[in-house]
Amino acid sequence: MNTKRRGERAVELSLTLIAVSSVAILFIITFFIFKEGLPFILEVGPGKMLFALDWAPTKGKFGLLPMIVGSLLATGGALLIGVPLGLSCAIFLVEFSKPRVRRVLKPAIELLAGIPSVVYGFLGVVFLVPLIRTHLGGPGLSLLAGALILGVMILPTVISISIDALEAVPRSYREGSLALGATTAQTVTHVVIPAARSGIVTAVILGMGRAIGETMAVIMVTGNALDLPGSPLAPIRTLTSNIALELGYAAGNHQKALFATGVILFVMIMILNLAATATSRRRAR
Amino acid sequence: MIVTLDSRPARGIRGTGSLFPFVFIVFFLIVPACRKAGDTSATLTVAGSTSVQPFAEKLAETYMATHPGLAINVQGGGSTAGVRAAETGAAQIGMSSRHLKDSEKALRQVTIALDGIAIIVNAANPVKGLTRAQVAAIFAGEVPRWSAVGGADRPIHFVSREEGSGTRGAFEEMVMGKKDIAPRALVQDSNGAVREIVASDPDALGYISLGLVDRRVRAVAIDGVLATHETIVAKQYAVVRPFLFLSRAEPAGSAKAFIDFVLGPDGQRLLGLEGLIPAVQP
Repeated sequence: MNTKRRGERAVELSLTLIAVSSVAILFIITFFIFKEGLPFILEVGPGKMLFALDWAPTKGKFGLLPMIVGSLLATGGALLIGVPLGLSCAIFLVEFSKPRVRRVLKPAIELLAGIPSVVYGFLGVVFLVPLIRTHLGGPGLSLLAGALILGVMILPTVISISIDALEAVPRSYREGSLALGATTAQTVTHVVIPAARSGIVTAVILGMGRAIGETMAVIMVTGNALDLPGSPLAPIRTLTSNIALELGYAAGNHQKALFATGVILFVMIMILNLAATATSRRRAR
Repeated sequence: MIVTLDSRPARGIRGTGSLFPFVFIVFFLIVPACRKAGDTSATLTVAGSTSVQPFAEKLAETYMATHPGLAINVQGGGSTAGVRAAETGAAQIGMSSRHLKDSEKALRQVTIALDGIAIIVNAANPVKGLTRAQVAAIFAGEVPRWSAVGGADRPIHFVSREEGSGTRGAFEEMVMGKKDIAPRALVQDSNGAVREIVASDPDALGYISLGLVDRRVRAVAIDGVLATHETIVAKQYAVVRPFLFLSRAEPAGSAKAFIDFVLGPDGQRLLGLEGLIPAVQP
């Protein structure tokens, strides 16, 4: 009895340690990024990084505005494409499809999440970019290409979490609505979606996190130009691409500026996450 | 943050957590092994230009295969870092892919190879030649359409390299002069990626190492001279950068032996096979 309990405690302790170690790694990463990047931001001046247009780190110019705008536009575009598509797909699978169809489609969609981002990027460069170039104009490597690829990449996240949210709505809600004479479509729009709202917001937040953090596919299809985009067909550079592109050769202040880019990305994701959770909470009340 | 990126937060934590013990074990198995491998009687540090680095690594690999007592440590950092490393003696050999400035001329320099930078267009582009001034104006964003330089009436999509790249540095120095590359430029992070863009976009213009030009793209003549082995050796082609080995004093011992190998027939043949123009003509 006693030995059994002791064994259990050992297992519990080691599991706790493992759990703590992964959180600790998260804190170490955070600490390290801020330690490397924050002094540099203060040295250059936050205004000169956040609101300046020129990025030429080897010539002492550290304006990140084009990348901040690029990241926000690419993420916004991805949500514009991915959320309506993903949500409709989830509604179809939960409310309208036969169970047999769902049993095939849901795992297939979740499999999409396992495709490496470099493969999405490669498909983008080989098929999507030439398509945009020949039919819509511009160099093809563009905000539009980035938003489309990211929109597809966030689909599995949006769909599978929306499905969970919709499935969590009690059956009695639907039955009540139908009993009052509402059609299935009315039940979905007026009862099920409002009831599942917080879960759907979570799906959007996680999709947004995936889109803003994505690097490889974005580098491959957005062209990485340092200009503010004048149209969806213009190339953009995101914060993540900026870090990944220039890390290889960066030294001295250039390297610090890339860490500063990381700090700003980190803060941006924090703000977006907090804002999204806050709005969903306020609405729920 | 990492947690939120995962579609299943709870599973994400557990998944990474259980990996750590494994990672640590692997780490402790590998680290001593690495140390043992590097623990030879003599080490030679070669540091500097990231453009020269891959070639220096190949050379070092080949050399070490026949000289087991020597460990050659090749590091990047950029040409300027290579100059500093040679000046301070932090590295026995510094690497540079640009000419030395006047203030740096106290160093001993050996040219190990030449690298031509080809200005490339799509194979379907009718433009056969450009002047250096035209290329500079295009990359500065002053010439938006091909029609201004003898091509079709279509926009020019110019492709550059990322800030800090040695190829970009050499291009800025030898072609751009005082002009800055426009922020509108598409940016790719390798010679190969630039070539892919130019190969697929009929309106693209880019620059890459001459050794990487293939049939899908075409190098244009610059100031009337095509980039070839012969025009580079004859110093007619203008956009050429030297790959330099630098040292503080006359190289001696293992450094001298390695430089002799690089300039010898085996080293030069290897550099030629890698697409460079050997400094010592056979």
